[in-house]
Amino acid sequence: MSTTTMAAPMTNSLTAGKLPKHSGLAVLLGSWLVTAAVFFVVQLSGASESFNIAGTLFFGTVLYCVAIYLLSYFVEGVRKAKDRLVTALVTAAFVVALLPLISLVATTVINGLPAFLTPTFFTASQRNVVGAGGGALHAVMGTLLITGVATLISVPIGLLTAIYLTEYGRGRLSRAITFFVDVMTGIPSIVAGLFAFALFSLLFNDPGIRFGFGGAIALSVLMIPVVVRSSEEMLKLVPNELREAAYALGVPKWLTILKVVLPTSLAGIVTGIMISIARVIGETAPLLIISGFTASMNYDLFNERMMTLPVFVYTQYANQGADTQAYLDRAWAGALTLVLIVMLLNALARIIAKLFSPKLGR
Amino acid sequence: MTTAVARGTIRAPQRPGDRIFSTATVVSGGLILAVLASVAAFLLVQSLPAFVAKPEDFTGGYTNFWSYVWPLAFGTLWSAFLALLIAVPLAIGIALFISHYAPRKLSQGLGYIVDLLAAVPSVVFGLWGIGVLAPLLQPFYATLVAWFGWIPLFAGPVSGTGRTILTVAIVLAVMVLPIITALCREIFLQTPVLYEEASLALGATRWEMIAMAVLPFGRSGIISASMLGLGRALGETMAVAMVLSPSSQVVFQLLTSQNPTTIAANIALNFPEAHGTGVNILLATGLVLFVITLAVNMVARLIINRRKAFSGAN
Repeated sequence: MSTTTMAAPMTNSLTAGKLPKHSGLAVLLGSWLVTAAVFFVVQLSGASESFNIAGTLFFGTVLYCVAIYLLSYFVEGVRKAKDRLVTALVTAAFVVALLPLISLVATTVINGLPAFLTPTFFTASQRNVVGAGGGALHAVMGTLLITGVATLISVPIGLLTAIYLTEYGRGRLSRAITFFVDVMTGIPSIVAGLFAFALFSLLFNDPGIRFGFGGAIALSVLMIPVVVRSSEEMLKLVPNELREAAYALGVPKWLTILKVVLPTSLAGIVTGIMISIARVIGETAPLLIISGFTASMNYDLFNERMMTLPVFVYTQYANQGADTQAYLDRAWAGALTLVLIVMLLNALARIIAKLFSPKLGR
Repeated sequence: MTTAVARGTIRAPQRPGDRIFSTATVVSGGLILAVLASVAAFLLVQSLPAFVAKPEDFTGGYTNFWSYVWPLAFGTLWSAFLALLIAVPLAIGIALFISHYAPRKLSQGLGYIVDLLAAVPSVVFGLWGIGVLAPLLQPFYATLVAWFGWIPLFAGPVSGTGRTILTVAIVLAVMVLPIITALCREIFLQTPVLYEEASLALGATRWEMIAMAVLPFGRSGIISASMLGLGRALGETMAVAMVLSPSSQVVFQLLTSQNPTTIAANIALNFPEAHGTGVNILLATGLVLFVITLAVNMVARLIINRRKAFSGAN
């Protein structure tokens, strides 16, 4: 045996050429410390008044990307280095996306709570209110009515269209529908409002028409393509084997769709519908145009202006009276209500998806 | 009975349920086409007076409709372009993080968090943009103009309020981010596991696996997601109307108080007070916005159709 002449100490061949397990974390903390030190020196020198935390974290992360790439490049080679760099970038992207969400939710809650907690906010309208006080009951009612009607219109049409596209659609009509549904998802919300206005002002020959049902129509125009797209995606995910098995057992096509395809994808479809409701419930522009704004209660969708929550937020912000703070508080409280409704819808969608989704592999 | 078996194709029995069901689906599909056609038709009918409007009908000293709408159209495209420039790379990164980097147990919850951002109404973004983001960014803009003012994009004088087109673009980017992310994530998760496992088994790093298996599989999905984001950015109204300090003109500078406003924001700000031909003019600008989004979407669709995505149903 001539191996006794080996000079170098034994290395573990399984970990050779690899950075130690927690080196990434160590480098990250190191980079933050280094940039913190730099900013501290800058602060001492008097160039800036306060210690720049945001700058430290930002430049520290940039430094981390460079450092981990170089370190990994020399120890592990270029492929691993690239992998580590991408991991750092991808994680940073996620953190960056969280910042506005946290900031948004925090400001909404902090600014919205004072007016949100006043006893009249959900029991009174803005009728005859100047300055502080009053509430958003008229806006909440309007939002529920208009969005409800929009959902009643959109879901049957959207779901049936999605079924047509996945189960029946062949040839030019289905291609045209797919194409134009995609085009419709790109319709700006305000154009939907203008369409409802143009339609009803011609129909009723009233150049200044404002009413709630028009808002529901405008919202449906926005909602239908979303429902179609999400339901279609979900229906497409249903394995063809299930359909073929049903056909092989002699089940008619419509029953196959109702009893096999829809239940399999139901959770996804309901989630899609919930999310489309959440999308249109916050639409401001079309309702501003066709439903207008008012300070009074209105339960009649076919008569007179109808207030909705998003428009309430906008008008409270845009038409601040003498007591600016009261209007701003109400705007933020309206925003908080909207965010809460939307989050509730999303949570509901998640729960439904979780409870009823078929258990497929991943 | 030994009569000869009838030759020819065997037809499935026509059941009433089948007939009713398939007719209903065709009718609702056709209804969608009818709605889209009527959107165009009614907008066109109502905008006709605007195209022949006299100079005195326009506010701001414009002589005809096209000179009125051009700066607005420019602002719409410019702000949406800036927003996508920020949002798309970020969204792909987030989607990859959620689908392939985050621990499997966390990824569901993380996806939910990003979805929450999608659900925040635009008017809340508007409030946030003007109340939080603009004041936060203003000192940063001042530094940017002081140091990089020689780059035409960052030329001064800097806006004192931070209500610039760049702030709007950032707000728009945050708004379209979750839409693009959610779609990309779904697409990335649909990558056949076999492809991923095969490339990992061949010794690929995680990034190489993503570059070779996930991204090629999801390319058309990424384009379609960006298209949806672009659609929302182009037509986004309230955030722009509230955040931007508008001036209807064609300027590329990002940080001054002279910002090109968008068609949608212009309509929202002026519609409640408009009357007579003014309403028709705003409707006509809406028609222009509709045509722009239609054109963008159609081009995007053609790109996607060239690379047909695979799907479970065929």
